[in-house]
Amino acid sequence: MRASGIVKRFGSREALRSVSLETEAGERVAIIGPNGAGKTTLLSILAGISRADEGEVDSPNGEVGWVPQQAALYRRLTVEENLLLFARLEGHKDPRASAEEMLELTGLGERRGEIVARLSGGNQQRINIAIGLLSRPAVLLLDEPSVGLDPRQRSRLWEFVSSLADRGATVIFSTHDIQEAERYGGRLLVLADGEALFDGPPEELREAVRREAPEAADRDFETAFVAYLHHRGH
Amino acid sequence: MHGVRWLLLKDLQILRRSPLQAVLLVVYPILIAVLVGFAISRGPEDPRVAFLNEVPAGTRITVGGEKLPQANVKGRICQRVECIFVSDRKEAEDKVKSGDALAALILPANLVNKINSLSTLTPGVPEVEVLVNEENAVKAELVDDRITTLLAQANLAIARRIGSEGGRYLDLIVNGGEFKALGGTFHILGLRTSAQILGAVLPTLPKDLRPSLEQVIKFASQARDNLDVAKPLIDRLAQPIAVDKVVVGGESPPLEIFAIAVAATFTLAFVVVLLVAGSLALEREENAFPRLTRGLVSTSGLVGEKILLGIAIGLVVTLLMLIGMQFFVPLEMGRFGLWLAAILVAGAALGAAGAALGAAAREVRAVSLLAFMLILPVAFLSLVPSGAVSPAVFDAIRYFTALFPFKPALQAITAALDETGPGIGAPLLHLAVLFLAYAAIARLALRRFATV
Repeated sequence: MRASGIVKRFGSREALRSVSLETEAGERVAIIGPNGAGKTTLLSILAGISRADEGEVDSPNGEVGWVPQQAALYRRLTVEENLLLFARLEGHKDPRASAEEMLELTGLGERRGEIVARLSGGNQQRINIAIGLLSRPAVLLLDEPSVGLDPRQRSRLWEFVSSLADRGATVIFSTHDIQEAERYGGRLLVLADGEALFDGPPEELREAVRREAPEAADRDFETAFVAYLHHRGH
Repeated sequence: MHGVRWLLLKDLQILRRSPLQAVLLVVYPILIAVLVGFAISRGPEDPRVAFLNEVPAGTRITVGGEKLPQANVKGRICQRVECIFVSDRKEAEDKVKSGDALAALILPANLVNKINSLSTLTPGVPEVEVLVNEENAVKAELVDDRITTLLAQANLAIARRIGSEGGRYLDLIVNGGEFKALGGTFHILGLRTSAQILGAVLPTLPKDLRPSLEQVIKFASQARDNLDVAKPLIDRLAQPIAVDKVVVGGESPPLEIFAIAVAATFTLAFVVVLLVAGSLALEREENAFPRLTRGLVSTSGLVGEKILLGIAIGLVVTLLMLIGMQFFVPLEMGRFGLWLAAILVAGAALGAAGAALGAAAREVRAVSLLAFMLILPVAFLSLVPSGAVSPAVFDAIRYFTALFPFKPALQAITAALDETGPGIGAPLLHLAVLFLAYAAIARLALRRFATV
């Protein structure tokens, strides 16, 4: 997937200022930054939901899976009905088999008949992700996928996402959690006020933080990162 | 179309899982049907009026010394209102004060004497007494209208009776006959016979007397002719102005058919607009809209699916309601094809309007409130007849209601139910235009407002 010079404006405010990103197959890219940095806007443009005011996006045609921040599913349908519906809408030859596969993948097979509204936020998020995976996308975009999940669920989620990347899928996710980004992202894209401040592996970000905010270098990475943003004017 | 089918199935599943919505969709129209059905089949209730007749039994109105037959005032009044017979004034007052009766009508003991005095040199003013409880303006207006109508009818009945008696006396003067008075029977010669007798006598008289007699014969003939003319005039005096109703336009179906059409259109409008607007807003409330429109289904397909859902449910519910109405008013089943056409096209236009609403709002609750706020005033304004408001206001209402599908839907369903009145073609065309316009607005609104 390749995005170059992406600009997005909401009225007079620039939500993204010439952001570029190019990914390889199997890469795991974490987009990090404070609230309002433009993470969701960038992901929605990559997903083809929003249109950029300037710049271009090249993506594998029809092979971009998208998992929005808020679960995009029908809470009055059961787990299985949701998966079946989206498998049918995607034109799967055997929608039942696809739904079964996702039920197994998410570990929700035993709760297939339950109305989604009665499930915990974590389980709803698992179905949300499973729906995004139904199309077996070459690129998977996840917008803050671990929000609302407990540590065990987070662990399962990242294990699952990592396995997809290991099988060649490109995974691009946004998160507020620096530790999570460092741990599961092979590459970090730092956004602040719509501007890309950094793009590279976690080690290089640590180095940049040490270099630009030496007073915070001995403290934990999150504190150091905040100091780094401050030094960069954000 | 592939995606539309599965989305339609999904919406029906969701509907099935929402018992309150499902119950409302079924119970609401049935309730409307039953209420309208009862109202139509029973007609308006007669108001309850306490009735006190103090006129002594056997007292009759007298014209020219002749007593008229009994007018049966009690029977005439109690045909038009539900009479509660009371024995005295206090009881009448109590009935009105307690709200048991809308009003009390008291015929005083001297009423007939006062009426009889009208033909004397010292005429009185006959009065009836009415007790009312004007606890609210609507009730007061209703009582005033009823009493005015009753009095007009009573005056008309008496005037007709007097006119009829007057005509009989004139007939006696013109044509002669038997006249009963003071316990005896008198023979009246009459102008016609008098003239005939004088005519027969005329040739036998000396020539110098004949001109005078000829003048008398001529007078008798002129008087007869003029009195002949006077008789119909006396008849007309009772009701000088007759009503000749000529329908020059706006031929309308029977009231009960129109009432059924109103109930059916109300039901269709509420079910379709609320369902389409609500289900479209639900796609956004559940955040599913962007996921769906990322290649799974087009915006037009999504709008079309919601309209189809509205039409399908609206058709079933409205047909159920019309079939329910059959228990109260027989409808022409031979026009079933037209029913279907009217409901389908009206459902499509109403659905498109609902989609435009649903596309503009993000929450189901907000859009439901919006739908109620729109449907109720539009429906109310659509029922305002010409002449009820000033021409300028009516024109404004006409143009405003033409922008919404309720009025043409009502016209189409009315035309489908009954052949009287304007045809179904024009309202169907109007609905088709509104469907296209609202579907386009819905598409635009979804693109404009439905962002992540």
